[in-house]
This record gives sequence, structure tokens and C-alpha cells, in this order.
Amino acid sequence: MKKIHIALLVLIAITIAVLISFMGTLSTYDSVQSAMKKKGKTVSIIAKLDRTQPIEYDAVKNPNFLSFVAFDSLGGNMKVIYRKEKPTNLEHSERLVLKGKMNDDHFECSEILMKCPSKYKDDMNAAKKNLETTSTQ
Amino acid sequence: MDYTGEHLLPGLLGHFFITLSLVASLVATFAYFKTAQSKNEADRGSWKAMARGAFIVEALSVFAIFGILFYIISNHLFEYKYAWQHSSRTLEVKYLLSCFWEGQEGSFLLWSIWHCVLGLILIRKARKWEAPVMTVVSFAQICLATMIAGIYFFNWRMGSNPFVLLRNEMDAPIFSQPNYLSFIKDGNDLNPLLQNYWMVIHPPVLFLGFASTIVPFAFAIAGMWKKSIGDWTKPALPWALFSAAVLGTGIMMGGRWAYESLNFGGYWAWDPVENASLVPWLTLIGGIHTLLIYKHTGHSLRATHFLFLITFNLVLYSTFLTRSGVLGDTSVHAFTDLGMNFQLLAFLFVFLIPSFVFYAIRYKSIPHIVKEEQTSSREFWMFIGSLIFFLTALFITIATSLPVINKIFGSNFTIGEDAVFSYNRVIIFVAIIIGLLTAIIQYLKYKQTDPRFFWKRILVPTIISLIVSTLVLAFGNINYQEHGVGFLGAIWFAMVCAIYAIIANTAYIWIGMKGKLKLSGGSISHLGFGLMLAGILISSSKKEVMSWNTSGIFVQLGEKNKITGEPGENLTLVKGLPTTMGSYNVTYESDSMHPKKPLWYYKIHFKSKTGKEQFTLMPNAFVNYKGNQGLMANPAARHYWDHDIFTYITSLPDPEKNKDTASFKPQNLKKGDTAFYSNGFYILENLTTQTNVPAGGLAPDDKVYTATIKVFSKNNTSYTSKPFLINKGGSLYPIQDTVTSESLIFQLNKIDDNSAELGVKESNSMMQYITLKAYKFPFINLVWAGVIIMVTGIIISIVRRVQLNRSGRQIENLTL
Repeated sequence: MKKIHIALLVLIAITIAVLISFMGTLSTYDSVQSAMKKKGKTVSIIAKLDRTQPIEYDAVKNPNFLSFVAFDSLGGNMKVIYRKEKPTNLEHSERLVLKGKMNDDHFECSEILMKCPSKYKDDMNAAKKNLETTSTQ
Repeated sequence: MDYTGEHLLPGLLGHFFITLSLVASLVATFAYFKTAQSKNEADRGSWKAMARGAFIVEALSVFAIFGILFYIISNHLFEYKYAWQHSSRTLEVKYLLSCFWEGQEGSFLLWSIWHCVLGLILIRKARKWEAPVMTVVSFAQICLATMIAGIYFFNWRMGSNPFVLLRNEMDAPIFSQPNYLSFIKDGNDLNPLLQNYWMVIHPPVLFLGFASTIVPFAFAIAGMWKKSIGDWTKPALPWALFSAAVLGTGIMMGGRWAYESLNFGGYWAWDPVENASLVPWLTLIGGIHTLLIYKHTGHSLRATHFLFLITFNLVLYSTFLTRSGVLGDTSVHAFTDLGMNFQLLAFLFVFLIPSFVFYAIRYKSIPHIVKEEQTSSREFWMFIGSLIFFLTALFITIATSLPVINKIFGSNFTIGEDAVFSYNRVIIFVAIIIGLLTAIIQYLKYKQTDPRFFWKRILVPTIISLIVSTLVLAFGNINYQEHGVGFLGAIWFAMVCAIYAIIANTAYIWIGMKGKLKLSGGSISHLGFGLMLAGILISSSKKEVMSWNTSGIFVQLGEKNKITGEPGENLTLVKGLPTTMGSYNVTYESDSMHPKKPLWYYKIHFKSKTGKEQFTLMPNAFVNYKGNQGLMANPAARHYWDHDIFTYITSLPDPEKNKDTASFKPQNLKKGDTAFYSNGFYILENLTTQTNVPAGGLAPDDKVYTATIKVFSKNNTSYTSKPFLINKGGSLYPIQDTVTSESLIFQLNKIDDNSAELGVKESNSMMQYITLKAYKFPFINLVWAGVIIMVTGIIISIVRRVQLNRSGRQIENLTL
């Protein structure tokens, strides 16, 4: 066997090992309920903002504390705490991908990815609303 | 119905040219195919004339489509959906071009234009390779033309046409009026994030990079097709180098754009869209190196074929990833689904399957050398390096493709808690190995190296590198603690390798090349690569958050981040009030508004504590912009030679706050009672009494009463306010508490058992403040300088390779 083939095999073996360890660090998408069963583990939850509950954020008091209530499509709801700034159009988000860990009484969120109706163009609904308002002027 | 005020001619012309380009590229593909296949000279000549004609018609049509679309956008013809959706009258002229690439149709068009330009050059320069290579290019042009065709087959629409009319695309009552256009005063405008000068230049460069990967791909196919295997590598090498230079520049321009206008605080975040453009670059670099091995030793031709084939296919795969909407949940800036997924997948498979089936068929006939490479040879280690580039590309592809893997296997994986670190912890080892190989390989000779010769030449650069590395590690204060000692060790090791790569390659220009810069393209680009590596390592591991909220006056005691025990990254600045941030005192001085748009500029004055230095930064933000409620912020940075200070707005007070008249009302409440104020209501939640308060100057029997008031404002925000009342030796001292963003002031006047008298005041003057983040990026300029040097080195190599090919042909001609 050529040395180059040995090197090839070794490197491929390392790559596989890296991929396996990478798979080990992955988290999963969960519902509120299934996340409750995995307390302390990092999960991603696709949820919606509960607009009937107040969003707690006061930049003057503490710009690094945000709390709100979110619910998922199965109806499970949870209090979310995010110790960073309030994402600017949280109120208008359609969907939230929340990454973090479930605690006893709240979801300690480390990352919020928002899907907003008009965040990245091409979605025509918000644009259409704009058009309707221009036409009534 | 007859609509008034519409300009339909440009649209009709546009449709005509789109159809023409589709037909012409079909003809060109067929005719080039016949040219390549025909055995007799006369046939070949006539097919070739036809093919060239068709390709030129195709190219002219694509230029015409581009011109017409630009005419529509620049004249604000909002009857066309594309103009209405992506531009506006207030848009600065320089951004009119950016409107093209905001939409999928325009960016396909851009890609297609570059194919045309490259095709025209190939027609002039490719000689005997023209026919097979151009067959592939023309075929890609058919695929791209279908992307913007917008033709219906029964109910299935092929492609998305940029010339569709707004009234045909949308159902809105205004379209029932013949003069509907007079109501559409303005377009939807360009996404504010794209209103940045890098966005004018970055997409064309990136797409030229993408488009140019087809040339080495087509040469590899042509080589296998004409069984002139291996011969193709000569003309392909300058093209592959060109592609690597342009794609590399395009990727890093994207990084620069992200750095200057996105708010993830850096130039690279391992976002799937970024990864998708990096991966083909990695395999392309691998391919260039295996090609060089082949040129010098005859080894690695199979690997070269494979890497050039996979590079173009990865470009197609990244097109699918970023445009199909499949990344919706993982990327901040992928395109949304346009309903073209089937077509995008077809585009990928129509190249992927035939190219690799063809490769498998020809595999045996691609020559390879049975004799083993020496471990002391240059080619052995170059091959290892190329392999590592490929495996890295594989790793990044798999990690980025998790949403696709989920779709196929029904799993629900997503990247772990710290997405950036899950990449970095792997890439750091790639950096170490590649840095080391980059430093050493040029000192090895092809075939085999005499160890004495090797050590004699590399000794001095090695010693210098060790000294410099020791100095950098000793005094550079690279002390990145976030991921433990092991990772820090890896960073240090990678840093040493990067320094070694810089010094060894600089030295090689004199040791190996005798200072002849024209011949040193390789060393120069490797030196640039090393510099970039060092810049990436330093700027990321020494990035400092300046806006740690440690001493902000409004932070309540005990409100630190309870989880990490660290203060948050955001700092609130009240207008006119100097606040400490890092080594500066910063003041939010004033704000001003763009004359035409809801774009606000915030003037923030920095003064260093030593008083030596002061400057003003103006980060800006779009506030409530066209359906994008909230703010979209653009950072501002101050550049120094050795670091950047970088800041952006993260939160602003709600400008629609109710500003009712102020009055100071006494309010008697029991525990649990509710009372209203102008912008909502509040509940007295709790009353507590404390004795033995350890705070300064209080006797053990002095009392502190605290009222806990929960305030609910109309806009769904809630706050907790805690006014105190201190009873010190019988005298009462109320300590007010302010809910600043609601302009509410609470004071606890009296307390007995379960009821209290509150003083409630609604202040007239709304407090003005901004919340921001600020970072210090050290040595970010090393990254940009590294990229520029690397690209310069590649360009030098292109010039040299083109000259070599030319003189090679002259020698051939002489011997004939």
C-alpha cells in the first residue's frame, strides 16, 4: 500500500471522527412539552409570540433582560428569558426559532431567530399592505 | 380594460429577448456539440460558424435583457413588479444596480451575463478547446435562461420572469381602476440592509467567481470527452486561478459588507449562505494544487478531474441551498422560496449526474503513475493539503446541509448551542495543518528532496518565525478564555503556524526565487493567505466587548446575568449623559434624520479617559421602515491601523409613546389593587418591611418599606417598579423609582399593613436614550491586507501561466 493511501485513509478516518463528534454536539428541534423532559439540554423550539401577554423589556433599567411568553403549534407555552437586547421587531414576528435550555420555570434562551413577514423581501404580504395603504391616500 | 400611463414596450422587448436568449442558447449548445463531434473539417467549420453566431446572439440578448431591466428600474416604471418590489424613487442612483441582485431573477441574470462574457473570451482564446468547452457553457446558459423564462407548461411555471406586470401578479382592488398607476406613488424600496456600497460591488464579483468555476469544469469535461486527457490542464490553469482569485475576493467582500452593515458583530458567522460560497472555493484551491502536481510530476490527474467537477457542482448545490428557502430556519439571509425548488434541483442534477457518470466511465483511462511519491517530495505534501481542503469542504457542506438532511431523513437536527464554536473547534485544526504545510511545502522539491538542502534553506526562516511567534505569544496577550485552555492552546499553535507561513513564504521569494517577483505568484499568495489566517485568529480571539454593562447607572443591583454571572453586552446611553464604556467616556449627543427616509443618525461622542483622544461615531438605523416595524441598524466604525472600534444601535425608545400631561397624584391602594395611568395600568403587587438593613448609616431598628408595583403598558410591555420608604429614627425618606420608558415616577408616601399611599407622577419630558453594543476588533486590517496580497499573488501567477502557455505554443509552432 502506498503511503499516500495510508495518509488518505487516516485523514478520512479523522474526518469521520470529527463528523461523529460534530453530530454529538447537535441539538434538536423540540416542542415545549418535549423540551420540558430535557431540562438543561440545548434545544431549538419553533414557537410564536403570545401577544396577549406583556413583553417585558426596559432598556433604561436593564438593556440585557427580555422576557415574554411563547407558545408552540401543539399549544404548549412557556416563559422565555433572553439576556440580550430585545430583537427589534419581535412584536411583529410571525414565527420564532428559539435556541436555549429549559429551566424549571422558564426557557433560558440564548439565540432568537425571527421570521418576520417582510424581513427578507420576496414575501409579498407586507408589501401588499403597503400598496393598499398608498392606494387609499 | 385600457390602463393609462403604462409603458408596455420595454416589457414586450424584455419578453422577446428572454425567449430569444433561450432559443439561441439551445442552438448554440446543439451546434457546438455537432462541431465537437464532427469528423470532417468542412462540417466542423460550418457548425462552428453557426454555434458562434448563436452564442453571440444569445450574449447580446442577455445584455439587452439587463439593459431593459435597468431602464425599467431607473425610470421607476412601477407597473413592473420587479421595479416596484425592489426599488423606490428615493433610492440613491448608486443603489439602482443593487436592486438587480436583491431579487432572484436579477441575480440569475447577473450570473448569465458573466457566462456570456466568459464565453465570448473563450471563443477568442480557447482554440481547439472551443467547441467542447462552449458546449458545456451554452448548456448552462439554457438552464439559466429557463430560470428567468416564466413560461407556463399547463399549471407549472418554469422560471420567474422579471418583466411581469404588477397588476397581473397581485390581487388588489386598485387594479380595477384604469388609472391605477397614478395611485402607486412609490415602490417598495431596496431592503435597507442592502443599501451599502459593498452591496453594489460584492454580488457582481461573487457571481463572476461562481460563473467562472464553469470554465475549469468545462475543460475537465472536454478533456474526458475528446480523450485528450491531461492536455486540457494547460489552458485550464489560468482560468482556475482566475476563478479562485475572483471567488475569494467576492467572498471576502461579502465579509466586509457583513462587517459594515450587519449586526452579528463580525465578518464571518458561519451562516449557511456564507458557507455555501466558501465550500466551492476550498475545492477549487484543492484542484489548482493537484493540477500543479500533475504538471510537474504526472501524479494526481484523477484528483484534479474530481475536484474541478465537484467545484462547479458545489456552486450549483449552494444555489439550491440559498435560493430554495430550505435554509429558512437556520440562516439570517437566505432567499425565500419562489416556488422554483424543482427547477433548482433539476439544474443541480442535470450537471451532477452526467458529469460524474462520465468521470466514472473515463476513470480507468485517466493516466496515473504507479510509482509511489516520496514523503520528502513536494507533491506528497501538496496532495495532503489538497485533500484537507476537500475534507474541510465536505465537513462544512454536511454541517450546512442539516436542514436538507432533516428533509430527506425526517430527522430534526439543528446546530448546537454555540453555532460558531461548533465550526471553529474543527477549523482551528485545519488552520494549523494548512498553515504549517503552506510554510514548508515550497522548500521541498518535486519528486524528492535532499534533507540537507531542505534544512539549509528553511533553517533561517524557521528560527526567525520561532522568535517572532514567541514575541507575539508573550506580549500579544492572546488570552481567549471562552472555550477553555485546550482551545486557547490550539489558537496559539495556529498562530505560530500562521506566522511561520508568512515568514517562510516571504523568505522564499528571495531564497527560492532570487527576488524575482514575477515568478513568485505562489509565494506571494501563500504569504497573503498566512496573513489572512493570522488576522482571523487575532481579530476573533482578541475581540473585546466594550459595552459591558458593568457600571451603567441604571443597572439595578443584583440584575447581573444570573446564568453566566456576567454583565450583558448592551449599554444604554441617556442623551447628554456621559457614560463609561471601556477606556472611553461616551455621550449620546444628538440625532438627525435623513431628508427623505426614516433613517436616523445618532451622534455618539467618544472621549478617552486619558483625554488624549476624542471622536464621534454616527451609527444609523431605519425606524419603522415600510412594513419593517422596529429598527434596522447599521453599524459605524472608527478605523485605526491596529484595531477598529465598532458600534451599533440595538434598541430605541418607542417613539409613539403617549405624552399626556404631568400631574403628581396621590393614590391609595391595597395590596393587589389596580390603578390606571395614561398609557396603561399598574398593580400594587406586594408591600414588604425590612429591618436590620445592612446599608450605610441605618440602625438595626430602622425600617425600609418596599412597594412592588407591576406596570402594564398598552403596548404589551411590562415593568416592575420598587419605590422605597426609609424610616430612619422616625423620619421618613422616600426613594422614588422611575419607569423611564413609560415616563412614570412612583413614590411611596405612607404604608400601613396592607395598604399604601403612592405618589404617582407622569413626567412630561420623555427621556431620550439609545441602547448600543460596541466592540473592539484588533488587527482586522490584517485580514483585509491578507486577502489583497493573496489575490495579487494569484494574479501574478495568472499572468505568468498565460505567458508560459503562449511561449509553449510558439515552440510547438516552430517545431511544426
